[in-house]
Amino acid sequence: MKHIVILGAGTAGTMMANHLKHELNLHEWDISIIDERKEHHYQPGYLFLPFDIYSPEDIIKSITEFIPKGVNFINESIDKVVAENNTVLLTNGTAIPYDILIIATGAKIAPEETTGMKGAEWHRSVFDFYTFEGALALRNKLRDWTGGNLVVHITEMPIKCPVAPLEFAFLADSYFKHKNMRDKVNITFVTPLSGAFTKPKSTEALQHLLDEKHISIVSDFAIQEVDNENKKIIDYSGKEVPFDVLVTVPTNKGDAVMERSGLGDELNYVPTNRATLQSKEHENIFVIGDASNIPASKAGSVAHFEAEILTENILHYIKGEPLKEEFDGHANCFIETGNGKALLIDFNYTHEPVEGTFPFPGVGPLRLLKESRMNHMGKLAFRWIYWNMLLKGTHIPFVSATMQESGKHFD
Amino acid sequence: METQLANTSVDVNEEGYLTNFAQWTPAVAEAIANSLNITLTPRHWDVIKYLQNEYKNDSPLSIRKIGKSGVVDIKEFYQLFPNAPLKAATKIAGIPKPASCI
Repeated sequence: MKHIVILGAGTAGTMMANHLKHELNLHEWDISIIDERKEHHYQPGYLFLPFDIYSPEDIIKSITEFIPKGVNFINESIDKVVAENNTVLLTNGTAIPYDILIIATGAKIAPEETTGMKGAEWHRSVFDFYTFEGALALRNKLRDWTGGNLVVHITEMPIKCPVAPLEFAFLADSYFKHKNMRDKVNITFVTPLSGAFTKPKSTEALQHLLDEKHISIVSDFAIQEVDNENKKIIDYSGKEVPFDVLVTVPTNKGDAVMERSGLGDELNYVPTNRATLQSKEHENIFVIGDASNIPASKAGSVAHFEAEILTENILHYIKGEPLKEEFDGHANCFIETGNGKALLIDFNYTHEPVEGTFPFPGVGPLRLLKESRMNHMGKLAFRWIYWNMLLKGTHIPFVSATMQESGKHFD
Repeated sequence: METQLANTSVDVNEEGYLTNFAQWTPAVAEAIANSLNITLTPRHWDVIKYLQNEYKNDSPLSIRKIGKSGVVDIKEFYQLFPNAPLKAATKIAGIPKPASCI
């Protein structure tokens, strides 16, 4: 028997387990997936938890519920990968040999990278919403907060779901309006980028929304430290932004397992071929989702599109055929804008998000880069799609793995 | 588009970044630095040479990476190239503006 091993049972790893179980000949291949966690979290839900839109039960399910029968789930922590010996070592000392390895260990926040961030005020007035604990602590804080300076902050790129901090700012505007206290809250969006987003057309649309919602923006801000005592963030050029509540997205890094294994770059992301998803160093290692260093969004939709292409490439690799250079960086993201509306963006490595219709060219029903209620319904429906289709590797009808150019208004 | 820098004609994009690295000379660098109100010192040149070398190796640039390069720490990088140092330094070095990771 040959052995294919998946590291990580999050969004990307779970999808791969489901795809491979259907595609591989199980008389020839054993499939194992390794993860130390007991729970699977719907990470997009962390955005809604602080505003009491979702409750914890909406976000958390058992990790085993989504691992298909016939796939061996190893509920242990990983020490490291010894790529030279095609072996994964577990913390308990067990060695697991593999023929093919799929790395799906994701990315996580590293607040300790910034001086003072994980200081005395951590989860008191300095919060993250990229962990369940952070989002929950923030919910409890906001429930009886009486107002002041709310600062929404990005430490450095790349981060998971690059639009989430903007969505947080928009939803905060909406939340405080509904509590009849918007006049008591100043919302400031602080970013290391030169504008609201990384791509010009969407930056324009999003800047317009920030203005409309009276959210001020401080750009080109490279944080040096969080001053816990005086409650302000300070950047390397000396700029200061005072806060009463700081909602920060700390530096994101790949898993420390990659560092211990010597497989990661300076942020522990694994150097990966951006079109085939094969590791650049080892031909029998493939990388999917947030764990790779490819210049695509770190988002569930990206992992979903990658999974379809990676599954094909693993089958090609097994047969000794050349890999398909097919992945185009396709991402598709809803952006909550508050008050029951949302934007939708669809883009890839070479095409920035533009206006248009999706998924049917000229028809919709979803509108690209325009606020609508339909887009918001799409975002809410996505939770059901995630649990019931996405994780199971079911193809989403009418949405192809590579980006469609028709229906989009390019210049 | 074409523009005149240090009495030579060079191709630049709409943001003023050189589009053909072969046209870069130290004099062109001085001219771009002047337009940004930066006077180049030996420390600036250390950084510029490092950036150009990374560019030739197709190695993506970030402030974090420069801070860990051993060439300059982030604090000094900001002192040398105030406000948006990576954008200014790459412009002077004649290499493309680093794409924001999305």
